[in-house]
Amino acid sequence: MNRAIVRRITPNIRTWRSTLKTFCSDTSEKLHGSDGDKAVTVKSSSLDSTDNVPQYDVAIVGGGMVGMALACSLASMPLTKHLNVAIIDSNPALLARDNIKKEDAPDPRVSTVTPATISFFKGMGAWQYVQLHRHAFFDRMQVWDYTGLGYTRYSARDVDKAVLGCVVENKVLQRSLLSCMEDSDVKKKIYPSRLNSMTLHKSSLLSGTDSISSEPSGSLAKLNLSDGDCLYAKLVVGADGSKSHVRKLAGISTTGWKYPQNAIICTVEHTEDNRCAWQRFLRTGPIALLPMGDNYSNIVWTMGPQQAADRRSMNEADFLKAVNDALDDGHGPHPQSERIGDGGILAWLRSDETSSASEHFEVPPRITKLASDRMVFPLSLMHANNYVSKRVVLIGDAAHTVHPLAGQGVNLGFGDANSLSRVIAEGVAVGSDIGEMALLKRYESERKAANIAMMAILDGFQKAYSIDFGPLNVLRAAAFHGVNYISPLKKNIISYASGEQRLPLFT
Amino acid sequence: MASKLLLSQLRNITRPTHHRLINPNFIFPLKNQTLIHSRPYSDAPQPPPVGSKPPPTNADSAPTHKKISSSLNQAELAKFSAIAETWWDAEGPFKPLHVMNPTRLAFIRSTLCRHFGKDPYSAKPFEGLKFVDVGCGGGILSEPLARMGATVTGIDAVEKNINIAQLHADLDPGTSSIEYLCTTAEKLVEEQRKFDAVLALEVIEHVAEPAEFCKSLSALTVSGGANVISTINRSMRAYATAIVVAEYLLHWLPKGTHEWSSFLTPEELVLILQRASISVQEMAGFVYNPLTGKWSLSDDISVNFIAYGTKNTE
Repeated sequence: MNRAIVRRITPNIRTWRSTLKTFCSDTSEKLHGSDGDKAVTVKSSSLDSTDNVPQYDVAIVGGGMVGMALACSLASMPLTKHLNVAIIDSNPALLARDNIKKEDAPDPRVSTVTPATISFFKGMGAWQYVQLHRHAFFDRMQVWDYTGLGYTRYSARDVDKAVLGCVVENKVLQRSLLSCMEDSDVKKKIYPSRLNSMTLHKSSLLSGTDSISSEPSGSLAKLNLSDGDCLYAKLVVGADGSKSHVRKLAGISTTGWKYPQNAIICTVEHTEDNRCAWQRFLRTGPIALLPMGDNYSNIVWTMGPQQAADRRSMNEADFLKAVNDALDDGHGPHPQSERIGDGGILAWLRSDETSSASEHFEVPPRITKLASDRMVFPLSLMHANNYVSKRVVLIGDAAHTVHPLAGQGVNLGFGDANSLSRVIAEGVAVGSDIGEMALLKRYESERKAANIAMMAILDGFQKAYSIDFGPLNVLRAAAFHGVNYISPLKKNIISYASGEQRLPLFT
Repeated sequence: MASKLLLSQLRNITRPTHHRLINPNFIFPLKNQTLIHSRPYSDAPQPPPVGSKPPPTNADSAPTHKKISSSLNQAELAKFSAIAETWWDAEGPFKPLHVMNPTRLAFIRSTLCRHFGKDPYSAKPFEGLKFVDVGCGGGILSEPLARMGATVTGIDAVEKNINIAQLHADLDPGTSSIEYLCTTAEKLVEEQRKFDAVLALEVIEHVAEPAEFCKSLSALTVSGGANVISTINRSMRAYATAIVVAEYLLHWLPKGTHEWSSFLTPEELVLILQRASISVQEMAGFVYNPLTGKWSLSDDISVNFIAYGTKNTE
């Protein structure tokens, strides 16, 4: 067997690979060693022989947070850490080796990670890297609207937990996952280019012809990259965001609609410490204030496209005034605080309510300074009709996008990555081909139900709050009161939003 | 485990039962065949009744057997030969096998990792072991075993199956090392091949002389090696499920794929394996959940069941 020879040669080949480029139809002599088990071939001339092209088990197109989470998760499980992974992303930050410094101004692009995502990260061993950078846990949340008719306060103590979530910058999450993967000994390669096209070799076993060449790549997907590289993969993972190219190439259609809203994102500074997440629903859309630690907070303010453009271009002082108005008592009055201890005849009904139900209404901290640029993003709802196709699977924003009003978007993506890596491990355990449809359909059936349920709820909220109509306002206020005081409902909402429950059922 | 309890009940059986079906036409009017089947389980060679199914893969096992007409032999082989191209079509006539495959592999992985003392969390636990898949068909079982690291030999009596299996295995470099042979278990015994594990899944119900077949399987196993056999139980529930529902109502399988009289009960299987020096260690059943469409392992061996045994050390 050539295996012993290959194992001795391939470590050397890897140091040479950074200086060599492999092309699909190259007629020059070159050495090549892709995955550990392929024999080294020295070719003096080649037709388009498939032996020159590197073969990978998984090719992840898109090295964002969700794509890296999948790669890191595969690297952390004993059943899958022998898989060859290729990551295709033209973002230069992936190959950059400079660290994120603490003195850097906080990036406005942040995500709120739920406790379920935190335990996913801890399971992979990546959370320790996140803890080295700025991150902020919060254990309280207050939600109210412009009508002043009601408010709800949530607390982690209601469900006997310590935190409701953690706010982390996106680049910190991405870099932590990359560091975690680099510290493990998984075989991976980052291709700094974009995907151009993808072909799937059909298995022509059923066509009855004898023209099947028994080339080893007969059942693999071939990816052509923009800088001329190409590679084969058993499974192609589309983690390339809402405008996914992989989804287009696989011919998967989507359902969805644009919201008539854009979101402004920026980081602000305030004088008091903030450990609470605030969200106020205004007529045009919600404004959220999320703590980031060190007296910084992140603002996500949703409004119509014209207003968003105006607010982005106005000067800093006016913008801060607008923000303070939106969070304080502009657009409508403060809700009345609940009177503590006012039992009366209904005291027996309120005996088992959560502790946060009796908290006063609080005003968010006053914003003093703008600490970053203002960015504007259009919002839409999108759901891919299928998550899988032959040898292709979609995760993260490539499969679904939601409104940011509940901070769930990337958490759904991390749930997808968790589920897909587990399904791949189960497939490897029973020796199946990881690109086969039966296996991928299991991932789809797991995640579709959960994702659609969450998307429906978020869309419902968005629609319910976009109408300013007297009786509907009173109905919404009644809903606020209901959620605040009916403790089983409140606990269910908190555990569903924290990712502990997959579906919003009372179990 | 509850299956061990079942096994101890099985071992308490003192004498073999001799099953013979008379005039199946009147009892099972749905059957297409008009022939009487008899499945003698004693080892003494008996003169075959009129039109009985001669042993397809055991044609030259005992030279003292009279030369029998091979009409039904060809019928069984022809049944599979006709649909050979559809082996790898996951939506075709072999769909139930494809859907059941991961569950069977989970049982095989669990028992064989324990038997050979391998790490169950390793990606290739069977590295360095030689397996033979008797009645491999299109290679549905052989390929995953090869991916798990085993050196696999697949044998089948139908030439078309071997061709299909070879073509499909060549598509993936991980499985192109599987050795496919169009031969029978007996011929391999004559070549004195030995394997660490011998697997015969969903084969024994298509064989006319199961006792002889099991003796061949045993001869192929090294001393202290493992055997895995799966088949369908000869119970009323199996008739209702595997034949009436699967073949006639849901059309999962072509009509006539299985014959109820060829099924073996777990007790019979344990006995004939015992006589072939294989002690059955564990047994499990497969149940199908129509709501989720998934198969799972269970203690219910009344329809499909799989048995893992070890060859007695000499």
